[in-house]
Amino acid sequence: MAGQMVINKRVKYRPSVKEAGIPGVLLMTEDKFTFTPNDPRSLARLEVDFRSIKGHMVSKDGSKDALLNLKYDIEGKSRGYIFEFDNFPDRNACRDFVGKILGKIQAMGSSGQNAQTVSAKSAAPVRGEQLSTKEMERRMKLLREDSELQKLHKQLVMSNVLTEAEFWSTRKDLLEADAQRTSKQRSGFKSAMLADVRPLTDGRSNKVTFSLTPEIIHQIFSEKPAVHQAFLSSVPSRMTEKDFWTKYCRAEYLRKTRNRMAAEAEAAEDEELAVFLKHDDILANEIRRKVRRVDPSLDMAADLGDDYMHLPDHGILRDGNKETSDLENEIPVRTFAHDINRHAAVVLEGRALDVELGDTRTVAEELARSKQAELATETSDENIDRERLERVYRMTEIDDLHDPQKLPFAPLCIKDPREYFDSQQANALKALRDTGSGTKPINLSAEEAYNFVMDQISEVLSSGLSDPVVQPETALKVLNGLSQQLSSTKYHFGKNPQESIFDGLPRKDKDELLHHWSSIQELLRHFWSSYPITTAYLYNKVLRLKDAMTDIYHKLQKLKDSAQSDFRHQISLLVQPMLQALDAAFAHYDMEQLKNSNKSRNTPNGFVQQA
Amino acid sequence: MKFQIEDVTVYFPYEHIYPEQYQYMLDLKRALDSSPSGTGAGHCLLEMPTGTGKTVALLSLILSYSLSKSPSLKLLYCTRTVHEMEKTLAELKHLLPHLPPSSSHRLLALGLSSRKNLCVNPSVIGTSSATTRDSVDSGCRRLTASWVRARAAEDTSVPTCSFFENYERVSAAEAVLLPPGVYTLEDLRGFGRAKGWCPYFLARHMIRLANVVVYSYQYLLDPKVAGVISREMQRECVVVFDEAHNIDNVCIEALSVSIRKQTLDGASRNLSRIAQEIERFEAQDAGRLRAEYNRLVEGLAQRGNLPISDTWLANPALPDDILKEAVPGNIRRAERFLAVLRRLVQYLKGRLQAERVETEGPVAFVASVRSQAGIDEKTLKFCYDRLHSLMLTLEITDTDEFLHIQTVCDFATLVGTYTRGFSIIIEPFDERMPHIPDPVLQLSCHDASLAIKPVFDRFQSVIITSGTLSPIDLYPRLLNFNPVISRSFTMSLTRDCICPMILTRGSDQLPVSTKFDMRSDPGVVRNYGRLLLEMVAAVPDGIVCFFVSYSYMDGIVNSWNEMGILQDIMQHKLVFIETQDVVETTLALDNYRKACDCGRGAVFFSVARGKVAEGIDFDRHYGRLVIMFGIPFQYTLSRILLSRLEYLRETFQIKEGDFLTFDALRQAAQCVGRVIRSKADYGMMIFADKRYAVYTRHDKRSKLPGWILSHLHDAHLNLSTDMALHIAREFLRKMAQPYNKAGVGGKKTLLSQEDLEKMGEGNVEMS
Repeated sequence: MAGQMVINKRVKYRPSVKEAGIPGVLLMTEDKFTFTPNDPRSLARLEVDFRSIKGHMVSKDGSKDALLNLKYDIEGKSRGYIFEFDNFPDRNACRDFVGKILGKIQAMGSSGQNAQTVSAKSAAPVRGEQLSTKEMERRMKLLREDSELQKLHKQLVMSNVLTEAEFWSTRKDLLEADAQRTSKQRSGFKSAMLADVRPLTDGRSNKVTFSLTPEIIHQIFSEKPAVHQAFLSSVPSRMTEKDFWTKYCRAEYLRKTRNRMAAEAEAAEDEELAVFLKHDDILANEIRRKVRRVDPSLDMAADLGDDYMHLPDHGILRDGNKETSDLENEIPVRTFAHDINRHAAVVLEGRALDVELGDTRTVAEELARSKQAELATETSDENIDRERLERVYRMTEIDDLHDPQKLPFAPLCIKDPREYFDSQQANALKALRDTGSGTKPINLSAEEAYNFVMDQISEVLSSGLSDPVVQPETALKVLNGLSQQLSSTKYHFGKNPQESIFDGLPRKDKDELLHHWSSIQELLRHFWSSYPITTAYLYNKVLRLKDAMTDIYHKLQKLKDSAQSDFRHQISLLVQPMLQALDAAFAHYDMEQLKNSNKSRNTPNGFVQQA
Repeated sequence: MKFQIEDVTVYFPYEHIYPEQYQYMLDLKRALDSSPSGTGAGHCLLEMPTGTGKTVALLSLILSYSLSKSPSLKLLYCTRTVHEMEKTLAELKHLLPHLPPSSSHRLLALGLSSRKNLCVNPSVIGTSSATTRDSVDSGCRRLTASWVRARAAEDTSVPTCSFFENYERVSAAEAVLLPPGVYTLEDLRGFGRAKGWCPYFLARHMIRLANVVVYSYQYLLDPKVAGVISREMQRECVVVFDEAHNIDNVCIEALSVSIRKQTLDGASRNLSRIAQEIERFEAQDAGRLRAEYNRLVEGLAQRGNLPISDTWLANPALPDDILKEAVPGNIRRAERFLAVLRRLVQYLKGRLQAERVETEGPVAFVASVRSQAGIDEKTLKFCYDRLHSLMLTLEITDTDEFLHIQTVCDFATLVGTYTRGFSIIIEPFDERMPHIPDPVLQLSCHDASLAIKPVFDRFQSVIITSGTLSPIDLYPRLLNFNPVISRSFTMSLTRDCICPMILTRGSDQLPVSTKFDMRSDPGVVRNYGRLLLEMVAAVPDGIVCFFVSYSYMDGIVNSWNEMGILQDIMQHKLVFIETQDVVETTLALDNYRKACDCGRGAVFFSVARGKVAEGIDFDRHYGRLVIMFGIPFQYTLSRILLSRLEYLRETFQIKEGDFLTFDALRQAAQCVGRVIRSKADYGMMIFADKRYAVYTRHDKRSKLPGWILSHLHDAHLNLSTDMALHIAREFLRKMAQPYNKAGVGGKKTLLSQEDLEKMGEGNVEMS
């Protein structure tokens, strides 16, 4: 819709519902609409920007007047421009157009608004966020589908640690992904042969009933191009859709009952019916096109048409091996086998449509479009030929007579190995330093160091290594304990790579740990994202978060202490990182607190006022 | 890799070799040795299971042999289908870089196929629909026939084929046109396109000079075609018939002619046209006809040759059987000959009106022709030559139009030449469609040895090989030759990667069979359906099913559809079906492969004796299971089959029952054999008919090929559906495990160069 779309219709403008209309011309473009009365003297000239339009209403199809009401707000009151059309199709065209434009404007507006709210959120909390029902539904759906999330939501939001908005603001991507997923996921073609519709008889009369669903129709269109073509050309111009399908079903019925004579007679009378019974030319063309590019190692069609091998009347005609089929039939029999092959081919292509399978017409048109696109994208013969040949070549090789094929790999290329490894070492050192593991940098001059070492040596020399640094018994005990622990851990858990320490825990503990873990994650995420604290809102939030975290901290401690001795080690291993993370948060909190109290002693609430 | 087989250095394109390939090469080499370009006939018959790399072993040995022993040796490799030809050429391409460079640079190998597969003229290909016969052929002939070209020489507006004209010009000037290399059909087309030469005629010309020619059976076996295409092949040729288990059928087809009503009508039209021509000539150029008469008196029936671009088939009788004497006096004059032909056609028309099936020997038929139409045996025999001469004299070159009278003359020549091994069968309608009148007079050959005899006589070594030649002693009798080596190899398997089973009962424990009285029983149909349904749910990727005939397959598929079984099968895998329309089937196969490639999985329904069973491989994931529903017996009421059986019994003392079982089981074995490509591959085979249990009993065991029997456990001889399913699951699980490719324990199933060298030393010690 990049090109300017314009709608130009003859209408009557009604200043109010009761009044008679002023005849004129309504011109709609993408951003505004204008009404020009036929009587140039009339004052009822309009030129309105679509952005001021809030919505549109129409009268029902088939009611007295074909009306379109474009609503706008004036000082909080809703008003409307009412146009009366000569007929409903005109009105409907306008309605669709307006609908599209309004939708577009809304989409633009809402994205803008979103941007605004997001920025507003960071500046000031937005309370009582207005949620569309759709958004709400989406959230509900996510919660329903994900029990973990639900638990978390229950714990954090219901207990007022986080607001609803805060909780979801970090999960925007989840929501969006969900929204996308619902639209992206497309179902393929059904394996079942729906197009093979079977008639139902009621048993009392001679009537048979075929029932076609949109899905069946879609399949019929894809598998029988002739029917598709016929539908596009004759519905609705020559017959109604119902007539079309009746005819189709009739043809199918004739075919199915194998009443050849009747079918021929009917086909002779009714050319539309004949379309369904006749050989499908489109399909035949497609086959001809496709057979050129099949794998030569199975191209049996290549054997045909050898003037030296297929001489007419030479060779054995009827020896009971070959079953000659009559080719001179008026209506070539499309056998069930053909249908099955065609069906499987279509399923394999898996041509899915973007449109809803509701309206037959749109489905038909969409299918035609996708087919054309497919034709256009077919690459040149040359390439395909080469690919085919390469494939044959590969296929002829006998796998196991080869040495195993070496997989292609990219060799590691380090231009300057020294530089590379040095830099790696530097990185490692830096990482070590960053952890701040207590090794304070000691700045010693060479002389000092020398002196220190000499002192040490002389000390040892004078006094000797009298006492062992550690008591041997203690050392042995610790060593034994440790090795036993390690070996047992190894024995129990190291054997199977799939089995982690975690899986060995009792279910209750496991669940609890997992739950704590996810809540800590959530809380910490919010906690750290709240810094620097710039508003009172954030300050309150951090307070709440801290309390919640302290709570969990205690719970974790309890869990650690209460754990059975078998698992204590494992649990403490697992809990340790969580505790550390929390500790870090608390430390940060305390530090900030201290800083603030130092900085602004006179602020009564203890949080920073906006500078 | 490179190794010695006795005094021959063999170049093999892989790093390893199967022991049976080595053995196969050894036997092959000895067979070649036995006819050192002299008188001895080094023919051999070798059966080696599919999936053991026959083709590559053949090619590599024969080429290596010719390199080290007789450089003028030429290989004529005959395949049944074009796609087999392509595969062979692909293998050859693969082998080429492994040959020593000095010889690989001189090697010329090419495939020869029909115009349709080689034409590059866009105006000819473009207008033809890919399906109908002689569309490309007639398109080509319209542009290249000698009379068209003669006209074009005078009138420039007559269209000709630039590719052909270019080729003609160049071939007149130069001797060798195609640089050495391996040319598949696609390569030939590419070469032709690039040079602007016609690839078809180029290939026709080049097969004389090539070291390796890959073409169809008929080009060598059918005397009509061989006389045109393979006439100039020298004696120093090794002829290979690959996948030759049906070679007897090809042979008898080559000498059979059938005459229908349309043929005779066409022949009458042809005759009146010839009569007109004769009148015209007598008015304008009577000397010509007189000259011909004089020539015939002197005993020169054949004169000159038609240009390569005209189709004129050679004498339908075998070269040795053609009389080398003067044309009998009563048909030397053109009008007299025409009258003879008229009487013959009239006589045949009369015979076609028979109301009941008539079967006659050639002797009786010739006698009745003599008494009723007044044509004697010798006249009949010369029909073909006389017609050929007449057409040349009359300068009729649009031979396509005269196929009908040609058919009649072929018939007459054959019937006059052969007194044994043929019969004439007149059928007023097809027995399976008695309501449609369609009279046919068939001259059918029963003796496969006739057509192949010239090949055995003419070339120094003929190798007949296939995966299924059991029982191997039957073929020398059928084809009437003495192989120096006739051997059946079994497959040494690293693991039990083939799993044949005989299923005799359905899941309800009732017997299943396609025996005539049982095949339409709904219980049997359902049991077959349930079997397939269970299997599609358990077996991954591709499954192939073979049925005994098209009509049976149609019936059973329809029944399954009505029972809802087909729908259930479709829940698991896509279904594709072989139809009698070859193009449709080709596409179905292509889609089947795609479905297997993408992991969707598919089932292919096919027919034993059909085109798919003949030559399509279902190796690897394209076929993890083959189900053979029933035993593919021939239609035993067929008259031709009956008379062939009678002939076989009288001549070769082969019992009817034996032949029928042999024939059915070779087809079945052929069907199931298509699943294995190499020893790394694996597949299951289910023979679903209670009668198979009988053929595997010890007294009849030899009917199935050894490689199947040796893997057929006693526990798998009498299964029901549920047991088969259990075995299938176990088998698939077992096959999924990693294994040692080189073989376990003492038996080696994969040899490296070292192993071969050791073996070679061992041989030296032994001898």
